[in-house]
Amino acid sequence: MNQTPANLLEIRDLKKTFSIATGLFSRQLTLTALADINFNVRQGETLGIVGESGCGKSTLGRCILQLISPDEGQVLWLGQDLTRVPAEEMRKRRADLQIIFQDPLASLNPRMTVGEIIEDPLRTLRPEMNKTERRARVVRIMESVGLLPEMINRYPHEFSGGQAQRIGIARALITEPKLIVCDEPVSALDVSIQAQILNLLAELKDEFGLTLIFISHNLSVVRHVSDRILVLYLGRIVELATGDEIYEDPKHPYTTALLTAVPIPDPKLARQRNIDALKGEIPSPINPPSGCTFRTRCRHAQPQCAETRPPLETLENGRLVACIRWREIEAEKAALAEA
Amino acid sequence: MSDYVLSIQDLSVTFALHDTEVQAVREMNFDLRAGETLAVVGESGSGKSQAFLGIMGLLAKNGRATGKAMLGDVNLLGMAPSRLDAYRGKDIAMIFQDPMTSLNPSLKVKTQLSEVLVKHRGFDTRKAEMTTIEMLERVGIPEPAKRANAYPHEMSGGMRQRVMIAMALLCQPKILIADEPTTALDVTVQAQMLDLFKTLTEDFGTSLVMITHDLGVVAGVADRMMVMYGGRAVEKGKVDDLFYDPRHPYTLGLLHSTPHIAHRAARLDPIQGLPPSLEHLPKGCSFNPRCAFCFDRCLEERPPLTPLGDEREKACFFEGPLQSKKVA
Repeated sequence: MNQTPANLLEIRDLKKTFSIATGLFSRQLTLTALADINFNVRQGETLGIVGESGCGKSTLGRCILQLISPDEGQVLWLGQDLTRVPAEEMRKRRADLQIIFQDPLASLNPRMTVGEIIEDPLRTLRPEMNKTERRARVVRIMESVGLLPEMINRYPHEFSGGQAQRIGIARALITEPKLIVCDEPVSALDVSIQAQILNLLAELKDEFGLTLIFISHNLSVVRHVSDRILVLYLGRIVELATGDEIYEDPKHPYTTALLTAVPIPDPKLARQRNIDALKGEIPSPINPPSGCTFRTRCRHAQPQCAETRPPLETLENGRLVACIRWREIEAEKAALAEA
Repeated sequence: MSDYVLSIQDLSVTFALHDTEVQAVREMNFDLRAGETLAVVGESGSGKSQAFLGIMGLLAKNGRATGKAMLGDVNLLGMAPSRLDAYRGKDIAMIFQDPMTSLNPSLKVKTQLSEVLVKHRGFDTRKAEMTTIEMLERVGIPEPAKRANAYPHEMSGGMRQRVMIAMALLCQPKILIADEPTTALDVTVQAQMLDLFKTLTEDFGTSLVMITHDLGVVAGVADRMMVMYGGRAVEKGKVDDLFYDPRHPYTLGLLHSTPHIAHRAARLDPIQGLPPSLEHLPKGCSFNPRCAFCFDRCLEERPPLTPLGDEREKACFFEGPLQSKKVA
């Protein structure tokens, strides 16, 4: 690709904090869920977002859709800042921006039939359509996601997890969105069903020309579906690069550590692999370490890492990395490989 | 004199419902060697967890396990709970996916762990607490003396799972059954835990049964594996044999459904259809509606688990090579 495709979405300096009370009389504490978030989502790509629990990946997805209001920053959708769009207009805009959730059954109303669930967004977002037109589109979408049209009058509890997730996908697709945020869409599913849903998402993306933001803690799944991958740690971007760059040439020590921790379904490779497991656990976002927030678990950390917050550096091809030592670390690795 | 620490013979697990019975596990047989790690692999409803809950006498009230579970020359099945307690926790221990539901939230870590030693090994409280703290250190809990005074809710998921493992290992059991022990954990913590399991089996000579749906976990830790489908074992053998030369179409399907981080395929090659309902298992081979290699015999007859030599067994009539034929 010579030409970089247009940006569908631009996220600028996004910040989100939550205040939490720890006890009846104790003072309010501030949890920084997201800070200094800057990245673009290109038309037609799948952008994967990975990180450990509590890194802010779901919050980020929800801030993009304005399901949670960010404290600061902009979410530019085709140039328009969604954080400043009035609620009533945002509601209409939701036809373009949809979401699929992790727990398929919990996200479907148990008292509505499958047909009603899938049709529901049309009532609000496409008031010009009449009942017959709506039904016709529901049937068409059901076929696209692999649900038999005769299931239209059944209730969610009659479906397995995989089928329920197909209903969730159909509901997201019905408004003909441009972007879908997939928040851990296959984590609750069995392996064989997970593969079916991943293939389905890939087919639908091609068929409908979708742009996807794919949030998951499973790096193998993200690798499989994504064109580019954003790595979050304690609410901040540590790296953003293409899937191949991330997996073959990670620049940030956290990305490297995450990758080596992923189990490989290949016994010989798994035995050869020298797992250099990351020590400790993710620090509390209420009281994050000074400077680089990853330094407490980083094997390459130096005293200077505690002093300043590493800036998010833009490399060639729009690649982003936030580590003041990445060049030195790369040189050390090269020297080690030579020796 | 056999070198098996646990020998399961014709294990079946049945649940009584209102007017019917559901068989969750059917005629399971396997032997566990001293110091080995056996992975039991399958999807939801395959019976992998119920089989081991049955062995441990931990089934729900409407559940019943039949067959034999020989721990040395003692059969654990059909034993009264009071007698079973002499073996559970001491010779054979089990840990679960969610440590929070297995730990008592109102007791300090130290209290619930040392209780095990007082009960099974007759230690006095002081010695039991000392041993507890040593064990917490062994499983990688920093500042164990301080953390021993914490309540479970004050710890992270990874720390709680370490506490569970420490508790299971206190009596140095011969057998540790781990049911999806890392499924709820982040990858970095999962890697730490898998590393811990390896060290512990090596150091204590414990035999480990790892119940999991994750083939990545299996590849990293197990020596042998057993694949379950619809309540039955469908393929057994050494891990390398099953990964590189699967003989049952379901094993092949699972491998093709698993995304691999090192190489990105354009499309995964999933198993079609849905896992069967245990109440309405298909006639013949339970896997036949989803199988690309199915032929007439599979629709009529159930394939028995047949030895193939070199510790391999499979339950499938198809004899040709599996790799050449892609699932449509």
